[in-house]
Amino acid sequence: MSRPTGKPSLPSDSVSVPGARRPSRFGRRTLRGPQPVAFLYLLPAFAFFTAFALVPLVQTFILSLHEWNGITDRTFIGLDNYASVFTDAKIREALQHSLVLIFFYAVLPISLALLIVGLMVRVRVRGQAWFRAVLFVPTILPLTVVAVAWRWIYAPDGPLNRGLDLIGLDAVSRAWLGDFTFALPSLGLVGTWVTFGLVFVLFVAGVQKIPNDLYEAAKIDGANPFREFLAVTLPALRGEITVALVVTITAALRNFDVVFVTTRGGPGTSTEVPSVFIYRSVFQTREVGLGAAIGVVLMIELLLVNVAVLWYRRRGEDVS
Amino acid sequence: MIESPIERRTIHLVLIGASFVALYPLVSIVLLALNPPGERVSGFTIPSSVSFENFATAWERGGFGQALLSSLIVATSVVVASVVCSILSGYAFATLRFPLKNGLFIILLAGLMLPYEALIIPLFFGFRDLGLIDSWWALILPQIGFSVSFGTFWMRTAFESQQGSIVEAATIDGATSWDVLWRVLVPIIKPATLSLSALLFLFAWNDFLLALVLVPQNESAQTAPLALSFFAGQRRNADPAVIAAAALIVAIPVLVMYVLLQRRFTQGMTAGAEKG
Repeated sequence: MSRPTGKPSLPSDSVSVPGARRPSRFGRRTLRGPQPVAFLYLLPAFAFFTAFALVPLVQTFILSLHEWNGITDRTFIGLDNYASVFTDAKIREALQHSLVLIFFYAVLPISLALLIVGLMVRVRVRGQAWFRAVLFVPTILPLTVVAVAWRWIYAPDGPLNRGLDLIGLDAVSRAWLGDFTFALPSLGLVGTWVTFGLVFVLFVAGVQKIPNDLYEAAKIDGANPFREFLAVTLPALRGEITVALVVTITAALRNFDVVFVTTRGGPGTSTEVPSVFIYRSVFQTREVGLGAAIGVVLMIELLLVNVAVLWYRRRGEDVS
Repeated sequence: MIESPIERRTIHLVLIGASFVALYPLVSIVLLALNPPGERVSGFTIPSSVSFENFATAWERGGFGQALLSSLIVATSVVVASVVCSILSGYAFATLRFPLKNGLFIILLAGLMLPYEALIIPLFFGFRDLGLIDSWWALILPQIGFSVSFGTFWMRTAFESQQGSIVEAATIDGATSWDVLWRVLVPIIKPATLSLSALLFLFAWNDFLLALVLVPQNESAQTAPLALSFFAGQRRNADPAVIAAAALIVAIPVLVMYVLLQRRFTQGMTAGAEKG
């Protein structure tokens, strides 16, 4: 997995001083004033953050309003690049592909993990720590390695096709990543494989926090396993589910490594994704402004996902 | 709780099945790579005799010695610098009082949402103008910039979980905030610091896009994942067994780290996701 992203915490919880015995406002202010030395402590982190995140962020915005080939002078063209993002058939296709990937990176692994965890709460699982450790392995591998491994599995004479031959399904076997229909879902399943472990470990940790009485109570009420899941497990995991959604949707939208190493967007344009477009805009098509505009759109998509999840979580806290 | 034996058996079978799926891709390239060179391999071939020849070929042709060294240097530099920056800023946010505290914290946190795919264009042209493209600097500096948001948040939480009374006692003894940080707090929060280091090391080691964009041409500065992608993309290395060996060379350091620090990773990444 790549660097974590997520929601900013609420502003109200960033003012507390650890272990402070909440003295009266007056008492505190006269006792100890502001400590300007704090800015020296912040300086290194903010210097790096400003130079390599904030400044490039602003530059991406500015570039997105220009037409530029990376060499000669650039021309200001207003929002034309954004118009292209939404009208250019290829870019629109790439944006649609990232929606398909959300299903495979987020919806599918979260559903599977919920199903498994829902079963796990009903029995004492032997070797739970071992399962957790093993299922987490895909999450820590470099995605380039993941891509190489899956390229082999999907290869014309790779394990998947040989397996299909063995069980008499040779009619189904094909060059999975070279197939216009199956390439995208095949890459999507790689995403499912990668994100499942993180989601699973997250949910197992969440389930362990559920007090046992809740299940006992559900049993006494005569709840069947399905109702028990809906009434106890699912609501208790609400926080973990929102976290899992943010992390996995982010991974789906940012997806670059696996596509680049396996299909480079092909066959045709069937696995094009936005981040591959951004890469190409610098090194191949030389439409730097357009690449920057795609970057801004990607950023806004992620912002919307984060805000939506934050809103959902807050609402949940109000209700409970 | 009364358990139904059928449910017990089902869940264990499901978990065993899931474990098999989780490990199989890795196992399949191990089996592939261990084949004697030139062997016609397909599907579930189990090597007739174990040979490390493919690893030797990959190591030699792909320049992986140099690539692993580059990755190690880049990842270590990123971790050391990011962790020091994060300790300092996390400490300030957790224990000191200063104006604009909330605003600054939110700005830094917004960095958690920033996809660096969107920043690589200006980074590429910026480093090109500085003449630093194809150098380690072009990989180290931005990754510190991307890591301090997560790091600050992580360290702030670690500092806040400490008893305020320790800080106050030390302050009353006349210790400066600098002494309190390094003499009192840093030794106590070592576990949190180690977890953060392990996570940042993993992220830096696995990074691919930055390396692809910022060190495209200089082989001696290329990191292991980048070397792997070039190696796997060349037609003359079309032998899948050699490519599989190359992939394992890149994965082994991460796997070793995972085996040694497994709990730190699972707990760290889930806690990190939750906090983030």
